[in-house]
Amino acid sequence: MSSFKREKKEEEDGGGSPYQSLDKTIVLQEARHFNETPVNPRKCSHILSKILFLLNQGEKLSTQEATDVFFATTKLFQSKDVMLRRMVYLCIKELSKLAQDVIIVTSSLTKDMTGKEDLYRAAAIRALCSITDSTMLQAIERYMKQAIVDKNPAVRSAALVSALHLSSTVPDLVRRWANEAQEAVNSDNAMVSYHALGILASTRRNDKLSTVKLITPLTKYTLKSQYALCLLIRMVAQLIDDDDSEASAPYVRFIQSCLGHKSEMILYEAAHAILNLKKTPRDLASSAVSVLQLFCGSSKASLRLAGARTLARLTSKHPTAVAACAVDLENLISDPNRSVATLAVTTLLATGAESSVDRLMKQISSFVSEISDEFKIVVVKAIRRLCQKFPRKHQSLAAFLAGMLRDEGGLEYKAAIADAIIALVEENPDAKETGLAHLCEFIEDCEHTALAVRILHLLGREGPKSRQPSRYIRFIYNRVILESGPVRAAAVSAVAQFGAQRPELLPNIRVLLARCEMDDEDEVRDRAIYYNAILDTADQELINDYIIDVPKPNPVLLEKALRDHIANQPQEPFDIMTVPTEEQKEAKEDVAEIEVRNKPKQMSLEEIYSEQLAKVPGIEKLGPLFKTNTPVELTEAETEYRVRLLKHVFVRHIVLQFECINTLSDQILEQVHVRLECPPDYEVRCILPCAKLVYDKPASVFVVVDFPSAYLDSLGTFGATLEFVVRDCDPNTGIPDPGEGYADTYPLEEFYMGCSDQIRARVMGDDWDQTWERAANILEISDTYALPDQDPGAAAKSVCEYLGLPKATIVGDAVKEIRGGGVFRGGAPFLVKARIASSNVGVTMLIAARSPREDVAQLLLAAVG
Amino acid sequence: MVYTTMEGALFEPTLYIVKGMCILDNDGNRVLAKYYDKDVLPTAKEQKAFEKNLFNKTHRANSEIIILDGLTCVYKSNVDLFFYVMGSSHENELILQSVLNALYESVSILLRRNVERRILMESLDAVMLAFDEICDRGVILDSDPTSIVGRAALRTEDVPLGEQTVVQVLQSAKEQLKWSLLK
Repeated sequence: MSSFKREKKEEEDGGGSPYQSLDKTIVLQEARHFNETPVNPRKCSHILSKILFLLNQGEKLSTQEATDVFFATTKLFQSKDVMLRRMVYLCIKELSKLAQDVIIVTSSLTKDMTGKEDLYRAAAIRALCSITDSTMLQAIERYMKQAIVDKNPAVRSAALVSALHLSSTVPDLVRRWANEAQEAVNSDNAMVSYHALGILASTRRNDKLSTVKLITPLTKYTLKSQYALCLLIRMVAQLIDDDDSEASAPYVRFIQSCLGHKSEMILYEAAHAILNLKKTPRDLASSAVSVLQLFCGSSKASLRLAGARTLARLTSKHPTAVAACAVDLENLISDPNRSVATLAVTTLLATGAESSVDRLMKQISSFVSEISDEFKIVVVKAIRRLCQKFPRKHQSLAAFLAGMLRDEGGLEYKAAIADAIIALVEENPDAKETGLAHLCEFIEDCEHTALAVRILHLLGREGPKSRQPSRYIRFIYNRVILESGPVRAAAVSAVAQFGAQRPELLPNIRVLLARCEMDDEDEVRDRAIYYNAILDTADQELINDYIIDVPKPNPVLLEKALRDHIANQPQEPFDIMTVPTEEQKEAKEDVAEIEVRNKPKQMSLEEIYSEQLAKVPGIEKLGPLFKTNTPVELTEAETEYRVRLLKHVFVRHIVLQFECINTLSDQILEQVHVRLECPPDYEVRCILPCAKLVYDKPASVFVVVDFPSAYLDSLGTFGATLEFVVRDCDPNTGIPDPGEGYADTYPLEEFYMGCSDQIRARVMGDDWDQTWERAANILEISDTYALPDQDPGAAAKSVCEYLGLPKATIVGDAVKEIRGGGVFRGGAPFLVKARIASSNVGVTMLIAARSPREDVAQLLLAAVG
Repeated sequence: MVYTTMEGALFEPTLYIVKGMCILDNDGNRVLAKYYDKDVLPTAKEQKAFEKNLFNKTHRANSEIIILDGLTCVYKSNVDLFFYVMGSSHENELILQSVLNALYESVSILLRRNVERRILMESLDAVMLAFDEICDRGVILDSDPTSIVGRAALRTEDVPLGEQTVVQVLQSAKEQLKWSLLK
């Protein structure tokens, strides 16, 4: 039956369509008709559209095929048929990415773009610019400049837009055409003025003064193009954000005036800009919100979505303004467009009172199955925030999440739900038992290995602390019987946690582990034997360090370190302590996030810079990277040259990366290097200068310095001066003026090499006291200091800064106590405990440091003193 | 670039607004599609998967806008064709809506208001040109349907007679007659 249906369907479709079941080779064969004289325009145009259709359907052409077709196409320039010529341009644009030697058509296209036929000219310009690279640009530059001031608006637009595309590869090119573009902004044609404004905006992005000069006259009279006006509003909004002085008042008035525009597009743009300014003027906020309210009641779904979405994003910034729209949002919760409904409900959940939660949850559950996974994630995140806000509601919220967990859904969605439950379990002690129970139930029937592994890990961490740990063991052990290798391995680890933390369960756990020693999977067997052996020793310290509280190295850096190790010194043992541990991610999600994709992956500083560092010659001899510190600015903002410093710390060396930006467009700096004045005992090993520093392109100077051999000598202040040769250049072309240039220097701010730069703090668990006690037999140094601060809290914070410990290590109210620990470069672990209390003269601190290396402990105290 | 920070949540002042445009048929198959941002759906495989998903989410509920995979998609359908315009999820929805209107209206004029798959396939070349006239690598080139059509509907009847076959001449005469009657 179904095949009959399909046949019928094909009949229906295939009837008139010449594009049904095209074959690539046959179509390419047909290209030989292009060689006929005279050219048959209809036929050839049809063949071209078949080729374009195939490409558009995702058919792949080899370079050879593409080149052949391309050259055949060039024959069609003989014909004067307008349609055919335009199809040829389209083909050239499509094939220019695939074929070779495409520049062969340059002269034909140049002829068309300067010819008489207006229908050719605009399209020819766009085709020409798609095959042009920077080397050939000079040949056509004159024509482009003429085209920008042409009478025909389509030609002007085409030239402007093409110039914008070219500017991504040849940035200074468009600057040369700035005058022509400036003139075009005032054109009567709406699109020309829009494109001209766009191109000027992109070239002046980093130049505030000239942006002001561009914008100010435009705000005085009304632009014809709605698009241009939107763009102008965006530019003005950025200016206001950059400058919070009185000078921005006329700009604010401009945006305000746009709130009275008759076009909805402009209204929305202006309202959106006002509400997203860093500092929204209070008197404008309400009128902007009322625009959004109006949108929420519109009959058009896009307007409702625009309104609801903007409000949703404002929940954390202007909660009161959003709360005032509650009535409008209430009307949207049953909107036929589910995107709108979801946004409305989540926004209401974020701003509403505890009493309305249950009603809204009921509303969501009525349509949650209809919305896309992305929006389900938005809902889950909203619920997660609710759990934090109204801890008392945890029972109904957890039940709702569990219900969602049982529904169909992709991995990302399920992971978001699991995350929410995990967060609930971690934050709210009352919800722990129910949350864990929901998760246990979920892994009984979970098809996502990664998720099951995560949940097992969580059960291993939280389960042993619960009142009835034994009930979780059954769920975990079920996994060992039923699941695939990775899940079994994770289950074994989780079981071992129970054994390590609950002595009363130990005998049973040992039995379970012994059974796992027979497993088929190597990893499962290895883990079982490993844990069994450690539990066998009954050595509490060993159990703690290798089962309960195991440091987790950053996987990316671990992989790199292992590779380096194998390449350089495979015979020596590998020291895992040299690899930075995973940093705790900061939990910060306060806006109703809708962008699920386009978000940059969180990367640690080490990962970002490892590629740049790899360029330093001899870097591999320095051993693995211990830590990259957060960058320090060495110049004031808005100076001629901006320099910031990154300190890459190795075991015995430090690589100083001076990241420089030249903000003067009429200068090129050459032979840029840095003269360092080191503290005694530091020794500069080598400098990698930067050959050329052009306008607005960051480049780095690297200096490799040896640390002093004694740790205690490593604290000190560096002086630095930037040295370079200045050559003046044409700000438009970037071509340096003839002549030698002159040497110049630029003083940089001093920077300090502190203790915090050389240690990596380790996240300490709840059992800090035990850890401290276990280290009792390790060398301890302590001392008392009087601190200049008046407030113990502030004092504790600055001590943490000196030591490079996170603020989270501070505990206590009246008497602050810092409980931290970490690893010093080279791998020596340490623990620090400091008690800070106010006394009659100020604040006093008793600090004690424990470390197997005496000099590390001394250094820690020296850093504070 | 490490120095510039994304300022708040203001819209970006850029001309590159359209991430993609496509026309699908009533089985969700691609009729025409263009994607303009090399970071958004770079491969044909990802594009087709996205289109499938988009179609499944939109073909029943006719509610003109959806957010999918981080893209704001505005859409409109007629008979057996679905028109979509995609932009970043951080973009003025109404601008995208205006581009969709331009696309739909231009095609509708090109097809003499017979917006359906079979007719569209017959004038596929003109529709391709219309695509090209509306958006150039993500920049909105024109949004006025009449001027777009003026630059895309070039299948004029005034091809020199010498270059036409007898059949073509007859056909064009027939078409002209038909249209003069219909008016």
